[in-house]
Amino acid sequence: MSTTDTTARQSTDVATTISTFTGRYVSLLPTFAAITILIALLVGAELYFGNFLTPRNVSALLLDNAYLMVLAVGMTFVIVTAGIDLSVGSVMAFTGILGASLIASGIPVIIVIPVMLVAGAAIGLLIGVLVQYFNVQPFIASLAGLFLGRGLAYVVSLNSIRVEDPVLVWMRTRIPLGDFYIAPTGIIAIFTVIIGALVMHFTRFGRTVYAVGGSEQSTRLMGLNVARTKVMVYVISGLCGGLAGLLLTAYTGAGYPRNGIGTELDVIAVVVIGGTLLTGGRGYVLGSMIGVFVFGTIKTIISFMGAEQSWTHIIVGVLLLVFVVVQRAIVSRSQQKE
Amino acid sequence: MSADTEVQPIVKMCGITIAFPGVLALDGVEFRLLPGEVHSLMGENGAGKSTLIKALTGVYSLDSGTITVAGRERRFEATADAQAAGISTVYQEVNLCANLSVGENVMLGHEKRKYGAIDWRATYAEAEKHLAGLGLEIDSRAQLARNSIAIQQLVAIARAMVLDAKVLILDEPTSSLDRGEVEQLFGVIRDLRDTGVAILFVSHFLEQVYEISDRITVLRNGKLVGEHVAKDFPKDALVAEMIGRELDDLAAISDRADRAIDRSGTPVLKATGIGKRGVLSPADLEVYKGEVVGFAGLLGSGRTELVRLLYGADRSETGEIQIDGKSVRIHTPRHAIDHGIALSSEDRRAEGVVADLTVAENMILGIQARRGWLHPISKTEKDAVVKEYMSALGVRPANPNVPIGNLSGGNQQKVLLARWLATAPELLMLDEPTRGIDVGAKADIQRKVAELSEKGLSVIFVSSELEEVLRIAQRVLVLRDRRAIGEIESHSVDLDGLVDYIANSEEVSVMR
Amino acid sequence: MKIVKHRLFWPAAALVTLLIINTIANPNFARVTLQDGQLYGNPINILRESAPLMLVALGMTLVIATRGIDLSVGAIMAVSGAVALTILDASENPGGLGSVAVAVVVAVLVGLVLGVWNGFLVSVLGIQPIIATLVLMLAGRGVALLITGGFITTVNSAPYKFIATGYLVVLPVAFFIWVAAVVIVSVLERRTALGMLTEAVGINPEASRLAGVRSRGIIWTAYIASGVLAGIAGVIFASNTMAADANSAGYLIELYAILAVVLGGTSLMGGKFSIAGTVIGVMTVQALNSAILFLGVPPAQAPVFFAAVVIIVVLLQSPRVHSYGRSVGQLLGVGVKPTREDKKEVAA
Repeated sequence: MSTTDTTARQSTDVATTISTFTGRYVSLLPTFAAITILIALLVGAELYFGNFLTPRNVSALLLDNAYLMVLAVGMTFVIVTAGIDLSVGSVMAFTGILGASLIASGIPVIIVIPVMLVAGAAIGLLIGVLVQYFNVQPFIASLAGLFLGRGLAYVVSLNSIRVEDPVLVWMRTRIPLGDFYIAPTGIIAIFTVIIGALVMHFTRFGRTVYAVGGSEQSTRLMGLNVARTKVMVYVISGLCGGLAGLLLTAYTGAGYPRNGIGTELDVIAVVVIGGTLLTGGRGYVLGSMIGVFVFGTIKTIISFMGAEQSWTHIIVGVLLLVFVVVQRAIVSRSQQKE
Repeated sequence: MSADTEVQPIVKMCGITIAFPGVLALDGVEFRLLPGEVHSLMGENGAGKSTLIKALTGVYSLDSGTITVAGRERRFEATADAQAAGISTVYQEVNLCANLSVGENVMLGHEKRKYGAIDWRATYAEAEKHLAGLGLEIDSRAQLARNSIAIQQLVAIARAMVLDAKVLILDEPTSSLDRGEVEQLFGVIRDLRDTGVAILFVSHFLEQVYEISDRITVLRNGKLVGEHVAKDFPKDALVAEMIGRELDDLAAISDRADRAIDRSGTPVLKATGIGKRGVLSPADLEVYKGEVVGFAGLLGSGRTELVRLLYGADRSETGEIQIDGKSVRIHTPRHAIDHGIALSSEDRRAEGVVADLTVAENMILGIQARRGWLHPISKTEKDAVVKEYMSALGVRPANPNVPIGNLSGGNQQKVLLARWLATAPELLMLDEPTRGIDVGAKADIQRKVAELSEKGLSVIFVSSELEEVLRIAQRVLVLRDRRAIGEIESHSVDLDGLVDYIANSEEVSVMR
Repeated sequence: MKIVKHRLFWPAAALVTLLIINTIANPNFARVTLQDGQLYGNPINILRESAPLMLVALGMTLVIATRGIDLSVGAIMAVSGAVALTILDASENPGGLGSVAVAVVVAVLVGLVLGVWNGFLVSVLGIQPIIATLVLMLAGRGVALLITGGFITTVNSAPYKFIATGYLVVLPVAFFIWVAAVVIVSVLERRTALGMLTEAVGINPEASRLAGVRSRGIIWTAYIASGVLAGIAGVIFASNTMAADANSAGYLIELYAILAVVLGGTSLMGGKFSIAGTVIGVMTVQALNSAILFLGVPPAQAPVFFAAVVIIVVLLQSPRVHSYGRSVGQLLGVGVKPTREDKKEVAA
């Protein structure tokens, strides 16, 4: 390996640049692929329908998928540590119905919102503790979280609860931006992505998340706090679940215990499509955002074509497959280099 | 650098005792490490070296005894505690994160920060400073995985420098390095020593130990045997202390192996130009009936690569293989097995034993795989195979129904040997069959190989212990830098001659 | 003390405890009555209703033994149910034995094909099982929806309905189906060498490859078995409801199946598996389910109980809890020798 590096450096500048580039940014490739697909989808749809990239559609893309974006941020943290969190959909449903029911019983929203977030984080904490301190596999621990969240949602209420609190109504108010518009829910989602990306890239905690995903054993031997990091990623994912519950309740104007059934799979799919490796150690929050946009665009295209929405999952499934095969090729190539 | 005992030790370990279920891994061991010295910790596998290191780095907790670092008694609960006390470790298998950049691995957990956020520019500058301090000029922003193991090892040392280590533990750092890389590493070690860092060095290579060490501590069976100044401690005395008994057994094996092989007929295996780009230059090899051919060369010389290609564990790109004069295609291990070739891999744990299955199941796995799942081995047949090999190889404990994972390395190796012998191969390839096992099991295995080859089994025997290769093989294929460089009749050469040949022979030649 | 050490002791003990609690809480729970030569009652219902989960869990056991997981079983059930009912719906004589046979065979074949697909992704392309099967889990229900055209197809067919609700002698047909499946799979795994080779591949794939085990075929077989069994489960599920509901057929069954397998003492890390354990695990899940119903808890809230069970079970299996248990045992003067397992793990 070192010899090929040396030869590359001695040859032309172009080769050097390429070698340096692949040496540094090879892990960005899947995310670039996701961006390419997103652009291709958008351009293709515009060419086909002629009226696809309207301000209304583009604005809706963000607002319709705000909750998904928030969940994807939390999931990215978990998957980068080589874990998985199946509980996010039901945590979102639980915190959503919990918030709606508390508001309906007259508790001020300033108290309700923190309660929703803490409830989400608490389920995350439970999962994290099971994973870290009791050696439970993430799949199983978060499966318990999935059951727990869903069951608790039904314990709170078996039916949908309408929310007419002014704060939540305000959260879905559209703010015009020229021909485009945005709502506070969308702004919150974007902020979550930005904060997530900054934490991942510019804090020691974020870097430890990557290190744990690369090799947990090494990270421990390097003297870093693996236990805290692993518990924290599940807490963050749970917190994101709580926030998504808030956004979805505000967006739909109601809490509903059947919300988010199967959403955990959508979230995992968008995170993978966004370039995060399920084996851990590589991935980007911004990539996951791209993944959400790909997902949302496919959904919009299908409703534009008037086709069955069931096609969405078929196409996302196929896309997921393509990405995983490509990732697999990349990983096995880089392993050969070692 | 003289080992002046007047100097206050930086590390003092007293009465260290650590017990595992059924084993006293360390029994009241005393150890001290002086600042500015390179101190080698020696002992056979199972002597307690790793356990002592893990006690010093906070991986294991002590059952009794004390650790004093820089005059203060310490209790290490985790690696982080040991690092805080100035003790850093570089492990054989390089414990860094391959998915992160070189610079990040150096600085992880100690990144430079500005306004609470990581200042990447300053962080990489700091990393490069430490790398440059070790004479490393590599792209610190490139992924670690893109560098060779040797570079990664140096990166690990750079990380220790960031932690301001007063004590640096190097656990088998040279086992995957070539000669030039070892020189580079030793240069770095000497520089560090001269700045006052205490270095604890563990290696299997005696020459390297003598080249770099100021003092040597020998452990045997979890007990301290002695502490010596390296230059006043001859090699044979070291070996005697490590082994603790004369090896008459092994001398007898040598006599048995020293016999003439009839090479007039068709070879059992004839490989012509077998190779793979980036793995092994095309190599030729012939093995005759009843012959033991040794492969000699350093780790990474191509010896393991060649047996893997012959076995189809990796697929060769060039060359032809003939079995009993007939040209055959070997692309997968199945093909090899069908042609009567067996390989016992060098990595016993990852590629050999199936840990949760019983000893008996591990033994019959080879035959069962060959027959396919539709033709299960009957209980009678299984019992017969198990009984035969349990006693023939002296597997301990003699209970075939315990999971093989509970056995010692030597006994696991015997079970793997049984797995292959049970398939009645024509050619048995043993890659490092005696690595990491105790002396008794080593002798048992060598004796068995000698006995089987006398009965007509052809064997390829790969080992990094050259004495072993010379003792057991009639002919030695020498490899270097992923190339077969020649063949030697083992009676025509002694150990020094073979070492010299591996190190210095230039042209490809066949000495007969 | 030897019986306590048996790997099925704790799963069985958990099941028995659950049944006892149920019976004490409500003596009607254990009541079985004989009417017209057919047995009725809660225990019989458990035996009948456990058929789909039992079949799916059986396949899941084999897949988990190879170190894999099959998330797509619920989707396969939905597809196979949809196929069966759509064929019946389209046939001229839905009540005829011929059309029912065709519907069942085609539905099971579809399950087989989907299993082949999963196995291909995992064993040939080398994709992580959780993702490879996630693809079908996502896409499968979409396919089922397309087959049914988005509607809940309902069919009238007495012979088809017989599969899930009929009786043979005194016991439900569905019970006989799963018993047959358990027997066939057990014989296939334990009377041939398939079981041992599967375990070898699950424990150490590379060592198995070098030992000459055809691991690709063995892993593939496990996914195919899982697909076929899920296909049969889909047929039974559809027969029970006589409506092809692409959304609710087999919903969450993959998770219940995994839970049942783990309850039965098979580790998710692959390797050693126990079919008897899985049978006990499925019974436990079913008993818990009917206990929850019996206690008057709304079915929707049942997941809270399952969450509690999952947590209790994984805690009981956790080495950390074992070592607490030992120290408590020591304090109480129980003659349990302390071992240093944690340490040994680090050493290994």
